[in-house]
Amino acid sequence: MADPSIARTAPRADPPGAGALVSLGLVPPATRFSFRGDAAAADGCGRALGLALPRVACRSAEAGDRAVLWLGPDEWLVLAPEAETVPLFAAVEAALAGVPHALVDVSHRQVGFAVLGRLAPALLNAGCPLDLDLSAFPIGACTRTVLAKCDVVLWRRGPDAFRLEVNRSFADYLAGTLRVAERGLG
Amino acid sequence: MLLIPCPYCGPRPELEFRNAGHAHIARATAADDQGWAETLFYRDNPKGVIAERWRHFSGCGRFFNALRDTVSDGFLASYRVGEPRPAAPPPIPEGEAPRIGAGEEPRP
Repeated sequence: MADPSIARTAPRADPPGAGALVSLGLVPPATRFSFRGDAAAADGCGRALGLALPRVACRSAEAGDRAVLWLGPDEWLVLAPEAETVPLFAAVEAALAGVPHALVDVSHRQVGFAVLGRLAPALLNAGCPLDLDLSAFPIGACTRTVLAKCDVVLWRRGPDAFRLEVNRSFADYLAGTLRVAERGLG
Repeated sequence: MLLIPCPYCGPRPELEFRNAGHAHIARATAADDQGWAETLFYRDNPKGVIAERWRHFSGCGRFFNALRDTVSDGFLASYRVGEPRPAAPPPIPEGEAPRIGAGEEPRP
């Protein structure tokens, strides 16, 4: 049987109340496209965007301030600065004239959260069952998954940096859930 | 938590999945009552290996097929829609298989 005094006297890995351990904030408004199509359409879309669409499951591609996230074998999420919505949409449509595809502007459907800090994986794991260890979910990995009671797109930007994309109507709920979970990290 | 192997995304937690019933149901070709009853309602409900449709709902969104052992609830294989059903692995000898949820626990 373990000596209970050991558990009581063991030093805490993280001092309580240290605010820098995790932070949650909104990311600025952005251009978001849902793109679906086969390999030929993905090639054309990649040329229009200036970066190849990732073909490996659950991986993202980034070039400058644009990014493409793999969501499914024929589904991607395109992220770009807010001002590029109209020209970028037109550029992709022009490049894919005659090629079957679906390009939908979902910029205002979703809200982006940035979860930063050393305890960011622990905070997300309060509601997300994925293994967020760096070996299982490396930098650049992205996937749709569940977080508490809503579906989110989770994208790892760094060892301690994540971006969440959540449907706008769930944003309040999600932020509240994460705030409550944050208290438990102590 | 049970991990379900998605043929696209790899093993993922079961919360992300939805079951979609039996796989490989051939639709009745003749429009008679018995044929339609077989298509719509008659299911095998085996004790052992079953081929099911699953959807990676909160993931890649894709439907796929999987072999599951209804005795142990273990997933034996998963494969994409359109691929043939793989051969079921040999049954585990009686007495060695996990009996979780089998309803056969010895009564005191």
